[in-house]
Amino acid sequence: MSDMKKLTRSTLRVPVVALLLAAMAVLLAACGTPVPTDTAAPAEPEVKELTILYWQAASLPGPFLSGGTKDQDAGAITLEPLASVDPDGVLMPRLAAEMPTLENGGVSEDGLTITWTLQEGLLWSDGTPMTADDAVFTWEYCTHPETGCTTIDTFDGVVSVEAPDDTTVVVTFDKFTPYPYTAFVTAQSPIISRTQFGECVGAAAQTCSEQNLSPLGTGAYRLTDFKVNDVATYERNPHYRGEPAYFDTVVFKGGGDAASAARAVLETGEADYAWNLQVEPQILAEMEAKGGGEIIVAFDSLVERLLVNQTNPDEALGDDRAEYLDGANPHPFLVGTPVAQAMSMAIDRSVIAENLYGFAGRPVCNVIPGPKHYVSTANDGCLVQDIEGANALLDEAGIVDTDGDGVREYNGMPLSVRYQTSTNSVRQKTQAVIKQWWAEIGIDTELLNHDASVFFGGDPNSPDTYQKFYTDIQMYTTGPSIDPQIHLSQWQCQYIPERANSWAGGNIFRGCDPEYDELFQMLVETPVGPERERLVKTLNDMNVQAGMQIPLVYRGRVAARTNSLQGVLINGWDTELWNVGDWTREE
Amino acid sequence: MSRYLARRLLTAIPTLLAISLVIFAVLDLAPGDPTGALPETIRPEVRQMIREAMGLDKPMHIKYLLWLRQFFWNEPIGLLEGALGIEIGNSESRLRITSWGSRGTPVFDLIAQRVPQTLWVVGLAYLISVLLAVPVGVISAVRQYSVFDQLGTLFSLIGYSVPTFFTGLLLIIVFSVNLNWLPSIYDTNLEVRDWRSLVAQLRQMAMPVTVLAFFQTAALVRFTRSSMLDNMTQDYVRTVKAKGFRERYVVVRHILRNSLIPVITLVALGVPTIFSGAIITEQIFRVNGLGALLISSIQVNDIPMIQTVTFIFAVLIVFFNLVADIIYGVLDPRIRYA
Repeated sequence: MSDMKKLTRSTLRVPVVALLLAAMAVLLAACGTPVPTDTAAPAEPEVKELTILYWQAASLPGPFLSGGTKDQDAGAITLEPLASVDPDGVLMPRLAAEMPTLENGGVSEDGLTITWTLQEGLLWSDGTPMTADDAVFTWEYCTHPETGCTTIDTFDGVVSVEAPDDTTVVVTFDKFTPYPYTAFVTAQSPIISRTQFGECVGAAAQTCSEQNLSPLGTGAYRLTDFKVNDVATYERNPHYRGEPAYFDTVVFKGGGDAASAARAVLETGEADYAWNLQVEPQILAEMEAKGGGEIIVAFDSLVERLLVNQTNPDEALGDDRAEYLDGANPHPFLVGTPVAQAMSMAIDRSVIAENLYGFAGRPVCNVIPGPKHYVSTANDGCLVQDIEGANALLDEAGIVDTDGDGVREYNGMPLSVRYQTSTNSVRQKTQAVIKQWWAEIGIDTELLNHDASVFFGGDPNSPDTYQKFYTDIQMYTTGPSIDPQIHLSQWQCQYIPERANSWAGGNIFRGCDPEYDELFQMLVETPVGPERERLVKTLNDMNVQAGMQIPLVYRGRVAARTNSLQGVLINGWDTELWNVGDWTREE
Repeated sequence: MSRYLARRLLTAIPTLLAISLVIFAVLDLAPGDPTGALPETIRPEVRQMIREAMGLDKPMHIKYLLWLRQFFWNEPIGLLEGALGIEIGNSESRLRITSWGSRGTPVFDLIAQRVPQTLWVVGLAYLISVLLAVPVGVISAVRQYSVFDQLGTLFSLIGYSVPTFFTGLLLIIVFSVNLNWLPSIYDTNLEVRDWRSLVAQLRQMAMPVTVLAFFQTAALVRFTRSSMLDNMTQDYVRTVKAKGFRERYVVVRHILRNSLIPVITLVALGVPTIFSGAIITEQIFRVNGLGALLISSIQVNDIPMIQTVTFIFAVLIVFFNLVADIIYGVLDPRIRYA
């Protein structure tokens, strides 16, 4: 054996060492040279490139066929609406010359039409003229039932869009519309070209892959290349109406995860802007402390809330569980008692917001948290946790623990709730702390979570969807758009999900209050102004004070920008990239 | 040999059909919905319209037959047309398999876009690991219990037991964050045109390739080593040695050749994992390969894409099983004639 060892030592070494060297040479060649920007090719001028990192890659550039924010934002770099909403929730004209209002006659007195005037001489990014007819086409395209347009509700109530001349767009509604700035406003409703998409209406939208992946735009940049679920590349649009944009190219890269996206901006500097950084707050704070960039947060309307089931979800009821049955199936202890109120009092919202949401959360007591002029102050007492008060409230109502098991009873029924949400680490932590607080007021809680694609999936055969709501409490985030009317409309009696309507309808908590419905009808007839603001606040207060929903956390959108990137104004009411044309780099 | 081959090929067809049916049924019965990934603010009626536009509400057998037709008939004809530059029949009306996530985009176009990155990164890693593992395994066996063997064992144990998402993250933190030598984001827009872009390409491939090669080498080294050790104690080796042949000749011509039979089988069987096995690594380094495509389709319930990609993986596995069998037969005549 020892002879053999000697022999092989000399004979086998050479090829192996050579191989190892070769492999190492490849790797060394790869990592030896640090950042080769300054050394080679001085003739080539430095390309000014903006790198935007979305950890969910865009699958289509535009909002119409794919409702993800990633897709809407990839489109928003080049596609534009008639008007945008700025970070304070104020409307500003974009392709329109000015904002139509009641005062300047752009909005009709009867609330049936809004007339937009386009800026003169607008061009698509291929140099062809953009006219009011393209807006008409966009409406036809999105509202065709077979297109399957995801942003069709921006055209709700619109009966016609007409172009009497090349720069005038007249939108007509079917009834008095107090807030007419829905169609062609924000990145959800941009305008596309009739010349380009003319053949892609209806079912054909599904096969127009070439057009879908290379839409013409009017923005500061134009799309040059789109790799599905990976990267979109843009260049300065030579036909842009305003000042030419600062960057030569924009790269919209997708994929990976939120933490590494944050790292790429804050630590390695490989990207300039990263979106939707749902990362543990402590980790994010550590990254920011390295000094490479800044965390920015936009608050709009998203409220993480508890929904309190107003119907009885008891499994023993079979098909009638969680059915409203015209009020014949109320929840045994959550309706007509102060239990929901006590549950809300027992929660310390600041603890949840600060420790679990960090940058991205603030405690909140309203289901309509913005814009400012719509926010009620009547419920602000909820900001302070009051376990004693909650206990006293229940004691007073005679809901006490009679059998000494630590759980209170109401009419002999123990206050034992099932509490469901989607699978998500922050949500499960929130569930755990709330369970503790509720235990302190004598309420027993069973926690459940379901995969988001199931919970939000709407499959009528699954018992675990948020629409079926087969538990006592559930938690998720939703919120109004800039005008809260549509959101508030969902809580009328007629929108209670039930078997008969295949669980369609937005009154998920199944609450019915005729007074609410009446007040909502007034809102529908009240134009923008102080009276409308008062009504919105009242509707919000009715819902919260009846204990149908328990608001928890006002959720912001967290992003990061590198220090040298200037001009970023993060916006919760429109796309975060709403003013990307104004972004520059500090030299 | 040809009868053996024909028999194996024929059994592959029902296998693949059965696999496709299982994939289809599992995906169809699984909970979840492509509109589930859409924002929570989209109303139920709108969701329903989107589902209808995608053809989701058709019964399963119709969807399955349509998919079979598209996969085995429409797509190959499309490929043929593309390759020869001709038009066969009415190619306009021939439906292709299209993605739901990126509506209207043909699934095969997306796959074609992804294959080069996967081949570059994962294929190279596989090649490196085979080239490294065989010699290292052979030396480890020949010099059993030497320092080289001990080190080899140590490294392959580490490589085998530490998951790629950990080594990947470690490399990023060391080489991207601390040293700032290598990019952590794979730039798919990069075209290799000159020396500089080649260097950039190598730099961005360095980390993912290292991570994958480390993992795969580890497994192969252990396998080669034990296969060599099995053979070294065999009678025929003693006979050859007794004849007085040089050590190198004995090791290379006799022991190695016999030991490689199972190793080559393993290598052939591992080829499909080039396509499917690097999902996590691709995700970490943002390499837009097939694995990343599969993950992103699963996230948005893009069922036609998942079906097609999964089925292609299945085809590759069946195919390379076949290849392994054939190689086995070539290398070891006993199997062929059995």
